[in-house]
Amino acid sequence: MKVRAQIGMVLNLDKCIGCHTCSVTCKNVWTNREGVEYAWFNNVETKPGIGFPKEWENQKKWNGGWVRKKNGKIEPKMGPKWRILAKIFANPDLPEIDDYYEPFDFDYGHLQSAQEGKTMPTARPRSKLTGERMEKIEWGPNWEEILGGEFEKRSKDVNFEGIEKEIYGQFEDTFMMYLPRLCEHCLNPTCVAACPSGAIYKREDDGIVLIDQEKCRGWRMCVSGCPYKKIYYNWNSGKSEKCIFCYPRIEAGQPTVCSETCVGRIRYLGVVLYDADKISEAASTGNEKDLYEEQLKVFLDPNDPAVIEQARKDGVPEAWLESAKTSPVYKMAMEWKVAFPLHPEYRTLPMVWYIPPLSPLQSAAQEGKLGMDGDMPDVRSLRIPVRYLANLLTAGKEEPVVSALERMLAMRSYMRAKTIDGVIDETIAARVGMSSQMIEDMYQIMAIANYEDRFVIPTTHREASEDAYDIRGSCGFSFGNGCSGGNSKADLFGANRRKVVQTPTDIFKEQV
Amino acid sequence: MFSYLNTLLYGIYPYIAMVVLVVGSIIRYDREPYSWRSGSSQLLRRKQLMWGSVLFHLGVLFIFAGHFVGLLTPIWIWDALGVSHQAKQTLAVVAGGIAGTMGIVGATLLVHRRLFDPRVRAQSSSTDTLIIVLLWVQLFLGLSTIPVSIAHIDGHEMLKFMSWAQGIFTFDLSASSYVTDAPIIFKLHLFLGLTILFLFPFTRLVHMLSVPVRYIWRPGYQVVRQKGDGSKANRAPAE
Repeated sequence: MKVRAQIGMVLNLDKCIGCHTCSVTCKNVWTNREGVEYAWFNNVETKPGIGFPKEWENQKKWNGGWVRKKNGKIEPKMGPKWRILAKIFANPDLPEIDDYYEPFDFDYGHLQSAQEGKTMPTARPRSKLTGERMEKIEWGPNWEEILGGEFEKRSKDVNFEGIEKEIYGQFEDTFMMYLPRLCEHCLNPTCVAACPSGAIYKREDDGIVLIDQEKCRGWRMCVSGCPYKKIYYNWNSGKSEKCIFCYPRIEAGQPTVCSETCVGRIRYLGVVLYDADKISEAASTGNEKDLYEEQLKVFLDPNDPAVIEQARKDGVPEAWLESAKTSPVYKMAMEWKVAFPLHPEYRTLPMVWYIPPLSPLQSAAQEGKLGMDGDMPDVRSLRIPVRYLANLLTAGKEEPVVSALERMLAMRSYMRAKTIDGVIDETIAARVGMSSQMIEDMYQIMAIANYEDRFVIPTTHREASEDAYDIRGSCGFSFGNGCSGGNSKADLFGANRRKVVQTPTDIFKEQV
Repeated sequence: MFSYLNTLLYGIYPYIAMVVLVVGSIIRYDREPYSWRSGSSQLLRRKQLMWGSVLFHLGVLFIFAGHFVGLLTPIWIWDALGVSHQAKQTLAVVAGGIAGTMGIVGATLLVHRRLFDPRVRAQSSSTDTLIIVLLWVQLFLGLSTIPVSIAHIDGHEMLKFMSWAQGIFTFDLSASSYVTDAPIIFKLHLFLGLTILFLFPFTRLVHMLSVPVRYIWRPGYQVVRQKGDGSKANRAPAE
């Protein structure tokens, strides 16, 4: 057992209102620079739809994620290492920018400078790539908003696998949900595996996956490797960029920008302890429908004394162990089993999980035909087909999704009985395999969703990893090459980069 | 005057070009690691790149290796191996001709794309455009030497260039004299080749030095960085 800690995220899709505040605040902070205007580290898609970039879930087309070979080992779907290198001159698995959209801005200046005329002046679009006028905008980051476009095109959504999708094109039977997406900060990321330069890495201390911008050479294999298409090639700098999980905020104990600004309060952040030795075993599980449950086995119980002892040995800070015990992510994923990984069949073991949405009852309009299971409506009569959710979240296995939806419905029934009828109905909880205390906790965290319950983030112990004494005064006002002293250990111009001052931190490190 | 220019261009310029290549690349790698990249524009336009880039890279890499081996292997090794000068010249003409054709077809596609695709053109820096055009011209010059080489298929012209190249690397101060009476087309090819070496550190060509072959034997697939390990270079105090 090798214990590592990661800050995981859960998004409660049942409460997502599709307002895009997460996307916009993220963009304003991280991707408003030239070269990444088209990139959305966070975006919100309306499902069913082909998404952003086009058909990102169709791995027959993009070859993202992993595949299990006959010998039981896994390798990137792009191919073994030599095959990935063979794609270096021209990568057939790389989307073109039109698969995202051609970035554009509007000629706002024209509104102020237009001559007097018969018609109102308009701000027309202009390409950010060429600077030329764009007569027609063909596609955008959220082109299918609220089921925009024909069903014919949207129904290419691969989550319709195994579903008679034609009926959902009918107005009466249509359904939709929102899916906010960001980098999954996977336990077994394919982007890392596909990077020929070794520039992408996972941080051991908090699990955040980052791209070393100085080591990235722009071979662009990560873009293809990532099955979620959450690595973006900056066409200006020639480097790949991705969601950084707002690590400067996380390190300071603050939630990510997308989580902080979520008006629906659907996002949760918390520590998850996991066993790094079990990752490859879980990722190479034979039946892909078991991947969700296998990933659960990688996670460790933060209250188990054996886990705590090993975690201490592996250098997990005490504050992290404490936070792990109150982690909302652990509770939702492991204790209540209402949250699921996005597309576990990609074998990346993603760490951003989703609570499936409830939806209106399909046959509610038809009086008396309501599918009931005891007092509770049958979740299979909900408007969003369970199979669709299962294809999205559990590689097509319906039982876990059904159980989660039933628990969420049970929570509603239980609380309705409690607050309206004044009755504590233990049987409602028992029917879905929970206790009334669990339901009350679930209600507190999922429905009330107080700030301190949603975000349980320990600060990073910087004092153990860097030397404040040296950093003091080393990089204030800087010009030219910024604060970078360069990459190499030896200095070309004879300046001594080795530390000569023994600071208290150095001495502390030697002792440890 | 002619002899002065000949010494300058083929006796002294090679050293200038190589020093700039080596020192320039080291400084750029050391001081400007963020600028060290392949600069792919595939994301902006896939068309013409798939064929263009593959043909160009394969052709040029083959030619590069061919020039390296052909020019710098001492003549006595060829003699010891029993390869006649004529056979070597024939091999160079045939193999170089095929690879050169691949290279120039690819380069033509890439130049056309770079100059006439509005997206790629708008996002090209002047050195991006300059270097692909120079490489195209260099391929053209190289292919244009083939008729001359065929006229001297016994390989005695080739020997001059081998002596010259090896002379440069062995600090033979009379190296430039070996190519004094070489046909003008060869001289242009040499000069442009040296110029490309000179420009190397200032262009995207530096990505050649980062060929990620180590990837093949990098252990496993995953990369994990530990807290506070030495790879966090940006934590080094700035000076």
